[in-house]
Amino acid sequence: MITESGGVKMAKETLAGEYQEILNNEKEMFMTGNEVVAWAALAAEADFMYGYPITPQNEIMYYWAKLAPAFGRGFLQTEDEISAGFTMLGGALVGKKTFSATAGPGNILMQESISMAEMMRLPGVWIIQQRGGPSTATVIYSQQEFRLTTTGGNGEGMRLVYSTSSHQELFESTIKAFNNAWKYRFPTFVLGDGYQAKMREPVVLFNPKLRNWEIIAAEPIAMKSGVPYLERDPVHLRNTFNIEEELYDILSGHLADFRRMKQEVVEWDEGGSEKADLLVVAHGIVGRAAISAVKTVNNQGLRVKYFRPITVRPFPGEALRKIVSEEPELKILVAESAYGQLLSVVKEELYGLANTIESYLKPGLGITAEEIEEILVRLGKKEG
Amino acid sequence: MVEKNQRVSRGIIENQNMPRSWRKETKPHRFCPGCGHGIALKALGDVVDELGILDQVLYGCDIGCSLLSWDFFNFDSIQTHHGRTIPVIVGAKRARPEIVGIAYMGDGGGYAIGAQHLVNAATRGDRITAIVANNTLYAMTGGQMAPTTLPRQKTSTTPYGRDPLITGSPTLGPELVAAIASEGSYVARGTVGDYNKLKLFIKKALLNQMEGKGFSFVEVLSTCPTNWRTGAKETWGFLQGKMENYFKVGELQVSQGNRLGEEG
Repeated sequence: MITESGGVKMAKETLAGEYQEILNNEKEMFMTGNEVVAWAALAAEADFMYGYPITPQNEIMYYWAKLAPAFGRGFLQTEDEISAGFTMLGGALVGKKTFSATAGPGNILMQESISMAEMMRLPGVWIIQQRGGPSTATVIYSQQEFRLTTTGGNGEGMRLVYSTSSHQELFESTIKAFNNAWKYRFPTFVLGDGYQAKMREPVVLFNPKLRNWEIIAAEPIAMKSGVPYLERDPVHLRNTFNIEEELYDILSGHLADFRRMKQEVVEWDEGGSEKADLLVVAHGIVGRAAISAVKTVNNQGLRVKYFRPITVRPFPGEALRKIVSEEPELKILVAESAYGQLLSVVKEELYGLANTIESYLKPGLGITAEEIEEILVRLGKKEG
Repeated sequence: MVEKNQRVSRGIIENQNMPRSWRKETKPHRFCPGCGHGIALKALGDVVDELGILDQVLYGCDIGCSLLSWDFFNFDSIQTHHGRTIPVIVGAKRARPEIVGIAYMGDGGGYAIGAQHLVNAATRGDRITAIVANNTLYAMTGGQMAPTTLPRQKTSTTPYGRDPLITGSPTLGPELVAAIASEGSYVARGTVGDYNKLKLFIKKALLNQMEGKGFSFVEVLSTCPTNWRTGAKETWGFLQGKMENYFKVGELQVSQGNRLGEEG
């Protein structure tokens, strides 16, 4: 047997106290998004990360692999993302809070395990730091994994996906993701991107329990205490069914649960002019650029609002529709670093309304506040 | 107490030849007549009884015929995707090392679609027990060629017989695992044609895991009269003749080169 290394012993004796103090004292840190995710997982009482290297998420593994042993938590570098996803589910099955992080082609390989999690209601948290696609493409930035993350897999997309726009939101949404994954047992995601992963900005780390946030505990789904059959029923889980009706009945129950969850988890951010001629819809850090642009043009006297979905699945469609339906003349601008992935959801949610929808689509490219500002000024000009 | 006793009495299987860990409510099982899975799972059930580990076992089965065992036992189980049983059990075992993790699959799950998981669990020395049933073809999907299909054997995707020049030679699973597994691993090949030996190998494989020594692997030579299109006599003849001739039954020595705890 291999014994505990000196490094791990040292981490337990010295680092654990240091790390706990940072959280307990709500220390403001200046760090990268990937580092923030590892801290959030620690704060959310995650037990185990199973991961496979891919840029731009790698540093989540580096930081977790360093933090975890200090708290007696685990890390396994698997042979690929398929294995990372399925080992995660094995850990969740026996009652541990498990997570992984990936991007691009790794996100594709993860879809298999995510589909099984969706069907078998096995909880888990996946951090997706989007990169350009299709295929290997670029490693820096993109919003092209919106569709894959929200509705990928051979199923109905019964998933909870947070799209974050700042390190503070990344920290808090990751903690919420762990809580809601184990509360509702649908695959749960934090959808970031290469910029957020690698950029440094200030963030206040905190211990959620000291802020009276409830931390949902992980319960074993199989391997509960007691002798199976003699003291309790054995747990037999499967995702295979003999007849269509049997599958349909189970899916109907899952879909009803998913609709119920939607009412409790949807989040969005809206603001700008009270009465508006224009509404910008954007998510993630493009949403952040949009907010900055709206503030600038509001100061110039343009009547513009913004709507930034924070949960992009389930989508806060009712909230968006309410804003739009109250102002029949309102023109909509959807901006995203993808070729219409958010746009198609917005169109679906606003189906039947006559408002004009414009779009600014730059697949795999960043979008600055200045670019959005320019479009808003052009679109916002009064006719004549 | 009464209720508990009733449950216990419900759990006792009258036929003394059936393992107590078998789930009576799901018998007779769903495998075809003459299928080898029933014998392999009987050996596993007997071993679990003998070791008294009903409450410690987490059993995973794959896609393919092995999935029909999802509710076969009185211990907890999960049926996974094709080839993914090893990672699910590895993940559970890593998270809770006190569990006795068993990954049960066919030769497709072990040597083709899930080969990367078998190879890496073996090299990492994951403390799980993987059992692969080798029946020389993909049975549930209609008798296609498997990595273990014998040279010149006819299957639905090799209608003129497997040509090794085109599709290679049969995968020798235990030999592969023995060559790469970490020190302390246990590797054997049994056959449903020799029940006592098979049971012994499975028992040693579970004990090896429970003692924390290393990865444990047993290949089981199994039968598929449905897809072989054989009667009882020909089925047994193919198993004990052609199969056992090509795939040698016995325990394998793990390569001495794969030491743990050595500085590189």
